[in-house]
Amino acid sequence: MQKILAEFENSQKELIHVLHCVQAKFGYIPPEAISEISRHLKITESEIYGILTFYAAFSLEPRGKHRVTVCMGTACHVRGGPKVLEEFERRLGIEAGHTTRDKQFTLETVACLGCCAIGPVVVVDDDYHAEATIRKVEPILEKYKKEKKNDQD
Amino acid sequence: MTKIKSFEELKETINQQIKLRNENDKTVLTVSAGTCGRARGSLKVIESLNKIIKEKKLEGKIQVKNTGCHGFCEAEPNIIIHPQNIFYQHVQPEDAESIITETALNNKIIDKLLYSDPVTGQTMPKESDISFYAKQERIVMGDNALIDPTDINDYFAIRGYNSLGTVLKSMNPEDVIETIIASGIRGRGGAGFPTGLKWKFARNAKGDIKYIICNADEGDPGAYMDRSLMEGNPHRVLEGMIIGAYAIGATEGYIYVRMEYPLALKNITIALEQARKLGLLGDAILGSEFNFDIHVFKGAGSFVSGEETSLMASIEGRRAQPRQRPPFPAQSGLWGKPTNINNVETWGNIPIIIEKGSDWFAGIGTESSKGTKIFSLVGKINNTGLVEVPMGITLREIIYDIGGGIPGDKEFKAVQTGGPSGGCIPEEKLDLPVDYESLSEAGSIMGSGGMIVMDEDTCMVDVARYFLQFTKEESCGKCVPCRIGTRQMVEILNRITRGEGKENDIKKLEELAKTIKSGSLCGLGQTSPNPVLTTLRYFRKEYEDHIYNKSCKALVCKDLICYYIEPDKCVGCLLCKKSCPVDAIIGKRKEVHVIDHKLCIKCGACFDVCPPKVRAVSKYTGEKKEKILKKTSAGSVDTGRVDK
Repeated sequence: MQKILAEFENSQKELIHVLHCVQAKFGYIPPEAISEISRHLKITESEIYGILTFYAAFSLEPRGKHRVTVCMGTACHVRGGPKVLEEFERRLGIEAGHTTRDKQFTLETVACLGCCAIGPVVVVDDDYHAEATIRKVEPILEKYKKEKKNDQD
Repeated sequence: MTKIKSFEELKETINQQIKLRNENDKTVLTVSAGTCGRARGSLKVIESLNKIIKEKKLEGKIQVKNTGCHGFCEAEPNIIIHPQNIFYQHVQPEDAESIITETALNNKIIDKLLYSDPVTGQTMPKESDISFYAKQERIVMGDNALIDPTDINDYFAIRGYNSLGTVLKSMNPEDVIETIIASGIRGRGGAGFPTGLKWKFARNAKGDIKYIICNADEGDPGAYMDRSLMEGNPHRVLEGMIIGAYAIGATEGYIYVRMEYPLALKNITIALEQARKLGLLGDAILGSEFNFDIHVFKGAGSFVSGEETSLMASIEGRRAQPRQRPPFPAQSGLWGKPTNINNVETWGNIPIIIEKGSDWFAGIGTESSKGTKIFSLVGKINNTGLVEVPMGITLREIIYDIGGGIPGDKEFKAVQTGGPSGGCIPEEKLDLPVDYESLSEAGSIMGSGGMIVMDEDTCMVDVARYFLQFTKEESCGKCVPCRIGTRQMVEILNRITRGEGKENDIKKLEELAKTIKSGSLCGLGQTSPNPVLTTLRYFRKEYEDHIYNKSCKALVCKDLICYYIEPDKCVGCLLCKKSCPVDAIIGKRKEVHVIDHKLCIKCGACFDVCPPKVRAVSKYTGEKKEKILKKTSAGSVDTGRVDK
């Protein structure tokens, strides 16, 4: 944490950059981090809390090992994006915005990824999956579940 | 890389790169590798091409160029083979060998990789023959297909940074502003304010420090031209910004890129480093007295930060909430200093206006809207992609001549322009010329250029609900009418799509829309009711059908439809039964299958898997739906045959 903060000036203009770094390092913004950021940037914890909860990029809870993001853009919507999301919700047993109990998957939605030509789009971690359908949901999830098994072998 | 210290040195660098390009006798394969291309596997294609070139020792003859998006997304991954200008679409890694041995080495065309026209079925070997490109005027986007966005030399080879050189050598800031005013260019981000005037205000504002900002927080769902420009030609955007900074007298600039665009962020950052190393950014640019540098700011996932005052709040490290204007950013912007903010596409036009002159630019387009505009043509359309057209072209030309019309035998219903602030334009308005004024007369806006085509299978009430749901989520919460009003509108629309609509719901929607429009501070709130207002204006009957007849003619709203397996068509193949996630389908092999409506969650899996030749699964709404449900619940589920 100190290492991250050392790279930034003591100024509010750094806040969003700092939060990006903390989120990338820990996968969420831990409460202790908020206190340290508050001391370093000289802004109150409540203000930081207000700002970080305003933006979709930051989360106060740890995210799962794999992040499944389903695009909710207009083009994806008219091509069946909501059905794909429902199928993910059903298969994972969670609603969008939540993480599975085994901490393997976090299911999220995004307003638009700007890949409207190949929608509905699903991004798992950094992999883009084009033209998703409800039939593709299970194979997509299996791929990442398998990776988990391979990691353990 | 050593710094370029004068205009003459820049000229020499540019000429040298042009010469190198002209003298290159290699066959060049440009592969589109923007985000969409990559999602369809273009990086694997590049890998296979390079592998084969290496194996066959053809490095001296063939070169693979990894470019940004070519605009023709439907054809991704696609390759253009230069100098022959052959266009291949949907290329797979296994096609690499034949592309090299047959086409690149022996000029033989591979028929199966050619584009075939969705209307005539004719195949077309050359990019220039394809109808998608015929009516376009690709002055901003066109170069994407020629350059490797991570190589500044490629940009020099298309006369890149020449405009910057011209400006610093022979124009004073006022001349630059006059040129931009004379060109007539208006902001490409949505509101359409004249760019030159905006610059003049910022130039004339008093202040020791001035800022310029590139708004790359392209949040409108369905619009992605800014992403494509940043990914495919980042130096053009930078060059525009440096020219703007010189004109206004700014010393620092920001590019605010939304976090959902990782490749754009990466390519812009690479371009910035290259420009800095060569002395095109930093102190004493090209040996002049002009100092300027640019920072990249990664957004944090908020739609309202695309609004200029919110965007500046976000850069300052605060919540992206808008504030009252005036004062306008030109007087008091970032940290209270005079600030000029333009959209990516606007910045991308600047070097071209300087290079070709304001008269040339003003010669394109209509009386009030000059130049070209890039639209993202998506949704239910054959040729999906980014299209750059002269202002004044009609919607019909864009959708039918360039877009190739609607896929399948479906009918056009509406085109949605302007994102959540825009509206849905029906068939009878398709001959409107596309410019700022005509679109707003039709109840929509130009916006950032999203154009989502909808066919008969799209429910307009559902579309309106979708947009209001979006603005409800993205409302920053500052103004009560926007925060609470959009929520109320979503609740009413939800009710209508669930079949629980009430007598005066439409009236209530209209009242709420009026209040939100007049009582919100920023564009998000002021325009958020537009999707509802335009659908009510053109598709009122659909709302009434939902409310009074409990019927969704487009067969979209789940609560108003049911799925039904036609006994006379079902062949008993078990496909639908196997795909049903809740085991709601009963039936054995070669026996008619039946849906148990009590269990059915209406996910549509059965509808999707039933083979096109069979088409036994149907959707029904309104009275027919009620009839089916009544009969199936009355009889035993196993034999639930219905005589419609």
